[in-house]
Amino acid sequence: MARRDFSVSALPGFGTIAVIAFVLLYAPIVTMVIYSFNDSESVALWGGFSTRWYAAAWENTQVQEATIRSLIIAVSAALIATTVATMAALGTTRRGKFKGQTIIYIMINQPLMVPEIVTAVALLIFFAAIKVATGIQGLGYLILAHSAFCVPFAYLPIRARLEGMDMTLETAAADLYASPWQTFRRITLPLLAPGIAAGAMLSFVISLDDVIITEFVKSAGQDTLPTYMLGQLRRAVTPEVNAISTALLVLTVLLLTAFFLLTRRRG
Amino acid sequence: MARSSPARTGWLLSTPALILLFIGALGPLAIVVVYAFLEPGEYSGVVWNFSTEAWFRVFFERDIFDDTVSMADAHLTIFWRSVKLSLLTTFITFVIGFPTAWFIATRPPTQRAIWLFLITIPFWTNLLIRTFAIMEVVRNQGLLNSFLMWTGVIGRPLQILYTDTAVLIGMAYVYLPLMVLPLFAAIDRFDFKLIEAGYDLYASRTKVLRRVILPIVRPGIVAGSILVFVPSLGAYVTPRILGGGKNMMIGNFIELQFGQGRNWPLGAALSLILLLIVLVALIAYVRVTSNDGGRDGQT
Repeated sequence: MARRDFSVSALPGFGTIAVIAFVLLYAPIVTMVIYSFNDSESVALWGGFSTRWYAAAWENTQVQEATIRSLIIAVSAALIATTVATMAALGTTRRGKFKGQTIIYIMINQPLMVPEIVTAVALLIFFAAIKVATGIQGLGYLILAHSAFCVPFAYLPIRARLEGMDMTLETAAADLYASPWQTFRRITLPLLAPGIAAGAMLSFVISLDDVIITEFVKSAGQDTLPTYMLGQLRRAVTPEVNAISTALLVLTVLLLTAFFLLTRRRG
Repeated sequence: MARSSPARTGWLLSTPALILLFIGALGPLAIVVVYAFLEPGEYSGVVWNFSTEAWFRVFFERDIFDDTVSMADAHLTIFWRSVKLSLLTTFITFVIGFPTAWFIATRPPTQRAIWLFLITIPFWTNLLIRTFAIMEVVRNQGLLNSFLMWTGVIGRPLQILYTDTAVLIGMAYVYLPLMVLPLFAAIDRFDFKLIEAGYDLYASRTKVLRRVILPIVRPGIVAGSILVFVPSLGAYVTPRILGGGKNMMIGNFIELQFGQGRNWPLGAALSLILLLIVLVALIAYVRVTSNDGGRDGQT
């Protein structure tokens, strides 16, 4: 019999490094969460437990406005990106390969490949010209930019869901004289719903997190939560930023948990 | 009912997405190409005269007094720092990420999902938040200095924040999940019987690692390296927060041209160079992975 401590997949030291890696990944985040409850004015010294920085952030009108702006942009971008991504996913899967499919893939995934700073600069130039020419300001530019870079994040989970779906149900519906629209509405869409929800959630998180493109595209007074936080950092870091970060972190974890429950394969 | 061809339906259904991406991402890139060949405006923007001055200025500088041309050392320093830090980030994340991915892949299936979830939480957490968190760690009174002083390695706090080291620590921290996830995907598909076979044939552990494991999971290694290297090279937030004003990377230097630098054509040219490096890396990636597909077809 083989020695008990000899497992073929065991490599010496790997477990230790992995555990250290997890500690390193979480130590900074946990520290930040703990210090968001710090009563002290200073970020470095512990002055007792308090939720005062949460209260301060909650009552800060700039934070309120930035939060509402972030949510408007993220919800709009998630809706737009998910709608166009669902259509594109339906058009590019399960029909057999066609000419130009690769071009569509590349175009849809382009935001994942081009460095964000380059897209940000490109949008700055483009929108600056439009703003000068038309005089139109407003959140539209940010929503448009966010919708565009969210498309691949919406597309990928929807496409994955479609590829794993059984086509026989749709064939059966068609055999039973359902019109293509009826088949789509009653069979395809309900089966696809978890993929669409997952795509929408990822888009929402990605939009909510964006710093670079927002920083370049926004007009004066159009700060989102991340760009507000980045701006705060130019002065001194207050524990208020820690409180906002912790709140965003909790939101992300909640959405992620929902995402995993939605996409988890059954059986 | 007449069935439309897959190609026509495919393109038709993809059109809204393609239009959105064209306006919101792809089209403006074409404008950057145009701007890189114009003259800078006095305060900002451009003057519509054709010029290759921006490309010249990327690598060389003219003396204001006697017009002699010399290498633009400041620019080259920034390029070199960006490439160096990105390569180091890729290396560090691999050294830590490979054992981590291996550890996750060799857990029992029920535990695996939890470990994987623990990697994905930082991955989806706002990059800005994670950079803030690491800033608190590397500052003078932060966790890292306190720990080093507690162990007695150093007597007084090290100035880590606002140095290249801080940028490196920050980038390795924020991009580690991008290395672990593709490595995990590759190791997860790995057939552990091959290791057993290696040991049966009297191979040592190092030999099994070098000759059996690493070659087979190579596509995962390449994917992880690309996923870390590309955003590192274009990093903006992390060097801005952790590097302070002096330790710029290409991303910050590009931004400078659109802000205080007031040289949009130079900024456009720099963006295109960055894009070009990224495209070369991506093409290399496609080459390597498609070759692997041919060679390791059976596994």
